[in-house]
Amino acid sequence: MRLKIWNLLLIGMMIFISGCSSQSAPEAQTRTLTVFAAASLAEAFREIGKAFEAANPGAEVVFNFDGSQSLQTQIEQGAVADVFASASQKQMEALISQSLVSNLQSQIFATNQLVVILPQDNPANIQSLDDLARPGLSLVLAAEEVPVGDYSRQVLEALNGQYGSDYAAKVLGNLVSEETNVKQIVAKVQLGEADAGIVYTSDAVAAPELITITIPTDYNVVAAYPIAPLGSAPNRALAEKFVDYVLSVDGQATLKKWGFAPIAP
Amino acid sequence: MTHHSLIRGKSIWLFIIPGSVLVCLLALPLIALLWRALNADFMATVVAPTAFAALRVSLLTSTVSTLVAILTGTPLAYALARWPFRVRSWIELLIDLPVVLPPAVAGLALLIAFGRRGLLGPALDTIGISVPFTTAAVVIAQTFVSAPLYVRAARIGFTAVDIQLEEAAYTEGANQWQLFRHVMLPLAGRSIVSGAILCWARALGEFGATILFAGNLVGRTQTMPLAIYLGFESDLNLALALSAILLLVSVALMIVLRRLESRA
Repeated sequence: MRLKIWNLLLIGMMIFISGCSSQSAPEAQTRTLTVFAAASLAEAFREIGKAFEAANPGAEVVFNFDGSQSLQTQIEQGAVADVFASASQKQMEALISQSLVSNLQSQIFATNQLVVILPQDNPANIQSLDDLARPGLSLVLAAEEVPVGDYSRQVLEALNGQYGSDYAAKVLGNLVSEETNVKQIVAKVQLGEADAGIVYTSDAVAAPELITITIPTDYNVVAAYPIAPLGSAPNRALAEKFVDYVLSVDGQATLKKWGFAPIAP
Repeated sequence: MTHHSLIRGKSIWLFIIPGSVLVCLLALPLIALLWRALNADFMATVVAPTAFAALRVSLLTSTVSTLVAILTGTPLAYALARWPFRVRSWIELLIDLPVVLPPAVAGLALLIAFGRRGLLGPALDTIGISVPFTTAAVVIAQTFVSAPLYVRAARIGFTAVDIQLEEAAYTEGANQWQLFRHVMLPLAGRSIVSGAILCWARALGEFGATILFAGNLVGRTQTMPLAIYLGFESDLNLALALSAILLLVSVALMIVLRRLESRA
């Protein structure tokens, strides 16, 4: 009986140790680049990641897409990453102020704007921005801490100038849920659970089946997306290469394809 | 009653080393959380509007969910224990399923069933009921994941009652209700209360299904776990205060549970 237990323990330990050692093997074969990027960048960055891997044999790009505020918290709490791309300056500046990112290395690589999305069958029959103030709608926005949630509220406040001083309050009265990243808003609208949502134009490009209502440029925000390698990046050189690629002609073209506005060269 | 320890000699380390690793893993995060939370501005944070709203929503919904579970689950548990009907094993499988199902899956399933475009959605729409994004949706999500815990415990309690007692009462002329009220309930009472406590604790902690199905709006659908998840990214004090409360409530519930179980 005792012999059996020892055998099992020994085998268990061997499996455990061999598992450990294969993880800490030197990264001679493939180097993994970990990129934390805002949820709205999902489609564009996946394509950029593939192109980057093709141009840099041996490199593997791994993404973590989430609300920028969530990524900021993860990095602050010690998550290991090489590159951070945020949907707003706020999160990047927070990291810079904590010396997690060097402020000399943060650059704007694209801009984005907001748009209203409706489910394909437009259940609430929304025809204009004005209709959003109609009581009884189900509107889904992001929480205020999320960049797109912050921008949405700014836009609604700005639209008070067009539709009256109580417009924003009326629209926010239709709020039924505050999501933690922009793709959750898209999902709820796609499912038809929400009558409307406010997301980025890039998200509308990624979900072309949805109806969109444009927000006039005068009242829209220009969301500046910063990108930077992290101070504690395990693959510093590769991280900088990735940032360079995002800012290159090819990277910018991919971003433009997915609905972002590239940065003028 | 004293026990001679069968664990002695050098083999004692076989138990101490792996065991203490697990104990440390479980204890350290909880101790660290309590220490950090109680050091922060605890009382002030708790009475802040967002924390208070989350507390209120959580208490209201978890209590209603537990009541629903008890009212619908007790007859079901009784039937499963005493009535050998045909599809019993299938029903038992169905009851056990939400316990192992990942909560996010549960949330998605509820959305597909009761969402506006879901299976029942259009039918509910005609009566004018829209379920997602309401406090009722929170109750439904919580009931879905926690009621099975109650039913299982109650069923075990009912099964443990000696059937001869029931038969004796039956021959004495007791009807179904008297049988239940005076024989089953007192004898299975402890299991029922344990089940209700487990159910309530699970409902209180439900997150995955809630955020998908009911959404997140302060005062209406934002429960404590949701507030903690969001507070973590914006207001750490809020997250800490609510976490400490949930932790202390869980400890209290577990103590009561163990007391009940040790007396059984």
